[in-house]
Amino acid sequence: MVLAEVARRRARPDLTRAELTQQTEVGDVLVRGLVRAQLALALRLSLVVAIGLGGLPLLFAIAPRVAMAKLFGINLPWLLLGVAAFPFLVAVGWAYVRLAERNEQDFTDVVQRPER
Amino acid sequence: MSNPYVIPAIIVVTLATVAIGFYGLTLARTTSDFLVASRMVSPTWNGAAIGGEYLSAASFLGIAGLILKHGVDVLWYPVGFAAGYLALLLFVAAPLRRSGAFTLPDFCELRLGSRRLRKLATVFVVFIGWLYLVPQLQGAGLTVATVAGGPYELGALLVGAVVTGNVALGGMRAVTFVQAFQYWLKLTALAVPAIFLVLQWQSDGRPAVTPEAGTVFPAATTVVVEHAATLTLPDGTTREVRPGDELSFAEGDPVPKISSVDAVDGADWLLPGTAGDDDRELFATYSLILATFLGTMGLPHVLVRFYTNPDGAAARRTTLVVLAMVGTFYLLPTLYGVLGRIYTPQLLLTGRSDAVVVLLPSAALGNGLTGQLLAALVAAGAFAAFLSTSSGLLTSVAGVLSTDLLGRGSVRDFRLATIVAGLVPMLLALYVSGLDVSQVVGLAFAVAASSFCPLLVLGIWWRGLTDVGTAAGILVGGGAAIGAVLLTVVGPELTGWPAVLLAQPAAWTVPLAFTVMITVSWATRRRTPADVAATMLRLHAPEALRL
Repeated sequence: MVLAEVARRRARPDLTRAELTQQTEVGDVLVRGLVRAQLALALRLSLVVAIGLGGLPLLFAIAPRVAMAKLFGINLPWLLLGVAAFPFLVAVGWAYVRLAERNEQDFTDVVQRPER
Repeated sequence: MSNPYVIPAIIVVTLATVAIGFYGLTLARTTSDFLVASRMVSPTWNGAAIGGEYLSAASFLGIAGLILKHGVDVLWYPVGFAAGYLALLLFVAAPLRRSGAFTLPDFCELRLGSRRLRKLATVFVVFIGWLYLVPQLQGAGLTVATVAGGPYELGALLVGAVVTGNVALGGMRAVTFVQAFQYWLKLTALAVPAIFLVLQWQSDGRPAVTPEAGTVFPAATTVVVEHAATLTLPDGTTREVRPGDELSFAEGDPVPKISSVDAVDGADWLLPGTAGDDDRELFATYSLILATFLGTMGLPHVLVRFYTNPDGAAARRTTLVVLAMVGTFYLLPTLYGVLGRIYTPQLLLTGRSDAVVVLLPSAALGNGLTGQLLAALVAAGAFAAFLSTSSGLLTSVAGVLSTDLLGRGSVRDFRLATIVAGLVPMLLALYVSGLDVSQVVGLAFAVAASSFCPLLVLGIWWRGLTDVGTAAGILVGGGAAIGAVLLTVVGPELTGWPAVLLAQPAAWTVPLAFTVMITVSWATRRRTPADVAATMLRLHAPEALRL
């Protein structure tokens, strides 16, 4: 069984959303807008991680004093990498899920807006 | 060292795994049910199952061992292993689920409509799967040899056989329940002993992790030398040792440095590498970060799980649950690595630092009942790690083998493929017992990051991708990473920059793969699939629209 074929068979056209499914210009613009919004969101949040976490090795390398600082008797790099990194990642992920769902809600609202 | 509880604990975990597998078997009826658990798995079960599948021997044993040897610089391993799920969440989770693709080869065909690309992806899935299975079986062999005194081969073959049989008979549904059970078992197996270990450390008067005078033996210890090496004592004198020599140390003796084990000491262990002394170290760190961040999304056993989510939004939430669960788990190995510095410094001499997690409970708590029971719990958790990750990997490898190379995906083909897919890594694990568990796993991440990560990211977000461009990117980027893997594992000993570039290849192979994929796609832009607009709509449109 090739699941790609099953999935392809299932894709059925739905006349009520004709603009999107028949790929009219309007539909195409809408989808491109959604894809761009979601990609921009993902890139922005990965930039947050790239700077927040990815900057640490460079920071420790050029400012060894920071690496020697202590908090609660533990060296800062151990606390940052061993503990703080994980809640930080979860927080970024949580923000992404919320914002991505909002983007999708906006898209749904535009598509389902009653005809004027 | 004999601990009467270890073997029973391992047997109980194995039996429980098989039993849950058979419970699942009674529920599995049709082929699609068998393979994708009917997409009826709830997010919590699915999240625990993904976490359980992901936390492998490298996470359970390898990270603590690396921290024991190398200190703060290797904390990037757990951070990267967790951050990989964030990258997966941001760029892949929801669209991949909406694509309806069950495996990476499926995705290739759905997005680019090329059968030949499908075959190429299959070959890479099988290669990465095997590369990742071997260290799991190695870890099992090591655990049996360390805690139960049995032969290395027994552990490796036992895990291989149980997993192969279970996957062949139970399929994916069974595996989902098994994996979820394994996550909680693994978390408990590290968390409960960790509490006792910290209390013990408190009552010992909080001995320093990096004492001024260097690491010392906490108790009288005898170490048997395995390889010829040079021993450097703290006063600067050196001594040659040969295999078979017995070295005895009294309580409080300083731990000498040994040339056969690459470990660091004192401030080097405690503090990150600084720019002045080694640019190569900084490069290796960034390469590791890149491999783990981007490699997770390309691991075959991780992607299969997303098909069991009901829709794209659920896939996103499940990924967030996984990120939290995996992050919680990764707080623990660091603690074991640090305490191992105090209670099991002899591992710095033998080089068997992967054993720190299973040795620490009895080393710190003594050979009383508590110490033995906790040691047995940790060994059970380690076995859960091998069983769950290898089950997931084997399911994916067997899945693509049975649909694309060996048959047409019937249940019988799947069973046959499972046996084939299980035997190869079992044989490999018997021949390559000398490799470092975490290093092999790191290389698997590098190959995945240089082949499937560009495929997924560009396939989901860029309309211009073509089948020729994808094939070229996978072959050049993934091929370069595989070449680096093979040279590192079987090639000659290298030093300096070539060694770093090959041991941590991701920093150059990932950009290479992206560049080739984009350039060749652009050059062959007439081959862009005609249905790309429809595909994009399907990947990104919210389910609420019911298109």
